Amino acid sequence: MTETSFPTPVAPSDALLDVRHLKKYFPIRGGVLSRVVTNVKAVDDVSFSIRRGEVVGLVGESGSGKTTVGRTILRLGEPTSGVIDFDGADISKLSKPAMRRYRKRMQIVFQDPYASLNPREKIRTVLGHALAVHNIGTSADREDRIVAMLEQVGLSGDYLDRFPHEFSGGQRQRIGIARALAVEPDFIVADEPVSALDVSIQAQVVNLLEDLKDKFSLTMLFIAHDLAVVEHISDRVIVMYLGRIMEIAPTRTLYHNPNHPYTKALLSAVPNPDITARKDRIILKGDIPSPINPPSGCVFRTRCPMAIADCAKVVPVPVEVSPGHFSACIRTAPQPAYGQLAAQDMP
Amino acid sequence: MTDAFASSSTARTNEPPLLEVEDLQTSFIVGEGQDVRAVDGVSFVVKGGETLAIVGESGSGKSVTSLSIMRLLPKKIGRISRGTIRLRGKDLVSLPEGEMRAIRGNDIGMIFQEPMTSLNPVHTIGTQIAEVVMQHEKLGKKAAHQRAIEMLELVGIPEPVRRASQYPHEMSGGMRQRAMIAMALSCEPSVLIADEPTTALDVTIQAQILDLMRNLQAKMGMAIVFITHDLGVVAEMADRVVVMYAGQVVETGTVAEIFSKPLMPYTSGLMQSIPRMGEFEEKTRLQTIPGYVPLLTKLPGGCRFRTRCAFAEERCAAAEPPLEVLDSGRSVRCVRWRELDLKTKATA
Repeated sequence: MTETSFPTPVAPSDALLDVRHLKKYFPIRGGVLSRVVTNVKAVDDVSFSIRRGEVVGLVGESGSGKTTVGRTILRLGEPTSGVIDFDGADISKLSKPAMRRYRKRMQIVFQDPYASLNPREKIRTVLGHALAVHNIGTSADREDRIVAMLEQVGLSGDYLDRFPHEFSGGQRQRIGIARALAVEPDFIVADEPVSALDVSIQAQVVNLLEDLKDKFSLTMLFIAHDLAVVEHISDRVIVMYLGRIMEIAPTRTLYHNPNHPYTKALLSAVPNPDITARKDRIILKGDIPSPINPPSGCVFRTRCPMAIADCAKVVPVPVEVSPGHFSACIRTAPQPAYGQLAAQDMP
Repeated sequence: MTDAFASSSTARTNEPPLLEVEDLQTSFIVGEGQDVRAVDGVSFVVKGGETLAIVGESGSGKSVTSLSIMRLLPKKIGRISRGTIRLRGKDLVSLPEGEMRAIRGNDIGMIFQEPMTSLNPVHTIGTQIAEVVMQHEKLGKKAAHQRAIEMLELVGIPEPVRRASQYPHEMSGGMRQRAMIAMALSCEPSVLIADEPTTALDVTIQAQILDLMRNLQAKMGMAIVFITHDLGVVAEMADRVVVMYAGQVVETGTVAEIFSKPLMPYTSGLMQSIPRMGEFEEKTRLQTIPGYVPLLTKLPGGCRFRTRCAFAEERCAAAEPPLEVLDSGRSVRCVRWRELDLKTKATA
């Protein structure tokens, strides 16, 4: 393991998921021959791990690569390179049939419950498919399982013969959660699961996810742009920007004592519903650069209030600034000496 | 009841308020001749130079209220079925379309959540702004284009001359929203209606746009009607707040009043259900408002919130509570508000 990855703060045996040097590039083709002219580096050398039973939040703005990370670790997209170690086995190169038995153990809840349910299928069919695909239960007892699952997510078994459009957004998201949990997975990627919901409904779904997580001892990667929701649900938080990890820390540390200038700016940008606690805001200049042509060195440097000339030269190494708290910034997380860095960087 | 929290300050002077919405009712035809009142008896006043936030969830009627003010309701299916909207005393509801067109842009500007839907994809940004300017002011093409560039500069778009010659798709979401603001403010309207202007933006870009709106307001003095579902944005931007639920105003007050002592259970329920950043305590559960926002076709009788309200009693079902105006100028639609001591935060 080289030092360009965020060292895992957990013993390998504790980790259910261990991602090392994950890269996902999307080729851009051009010209008459449709040659690959460049790559969008959606995820560029990302390493992290998730302990059994842990909820890890993954935050970032558009183009940060957070959704691509979630999909790639479930093999819903092929990784360009890197290792995805799930429960002790590298699944990054498994064939489709070999991947199948892992699919049952790794599920996803999508943001948009409107788009992820087939409008022509009754709830009975939607959930029945999930069980049939993974050969769970006999066809006779599947209905009982489905009803039990609906009740787990707070819906009545009477809803079996309804279609998705007969439900509200919050109820549809509950169905999406029921479908993911029906196959009794160990690991869930929740990709912006409450972003499309009304404020008063969000809290219901967040509480439900927390209850189910405890009940079924789930491990979860919770992807969201809403920093307050992520703080509420996560044990640790990963902050991404333009395909790279800026900072990883235990939740409390990240929110109370952020190290990376990007994390600081991101946290300070969130509008605060407490009128007595107005604070000084760091307003970042400019736009998020295009991931087609990211800045050299530190990808955040073009908007960073602390950037210096050296930031353009090297991709910062993640450094442990306090136990389990890693930050990739040459200004705020003192870097190892140059010679040492070069040596460590060697494969 | 229709004067809700409105006229107390304007009664002293004879000058009519800048914008006054009174007992507004907007109906939509859904299916076979069935009418749904998306906005049902809404009243409020916007004073010059202030920011009034209208807060609500989906189906609350907050966006329909703003479209009604602009008279931009979808033709044939949507109409203002009752009430008045007065701009400096002049009724807009009965205004012929031609005159209303002159009001839009000139007196009331509007920006939307997704600028891509309101910018024309086949014209450059500069041309579009210049067109708006020429519609409202006697300016030549060249002068109007010059104004467009000045406006782009004013809203903080770098290289405004080059940007003026770009098409909307060549800009980022944040830049497009800036361009949209430039267009809406190009004729210096006295009211800017902003309907979820930052909802589609990333949080660091949202901070830029909110900052820009505050600065422009300080510079140009327009009133802002800020429509949003985000209580954080309300706390940050608003002077006064109107809370809407199921087509009605359920509570109004200054931002300090609303956030320190909500009077309506729905308002306090919303405040308790949002997770607050930096207050991470060992896994306190979020408070929830049970159930779902009712469909406008299936409203419960009596108080529209009672089916989800923790404080509902029998009398809440008996009749629809009026919007009661208090001496302070606040107003609240709840028969029990005097007895309740509502919280703003979930307690562990």
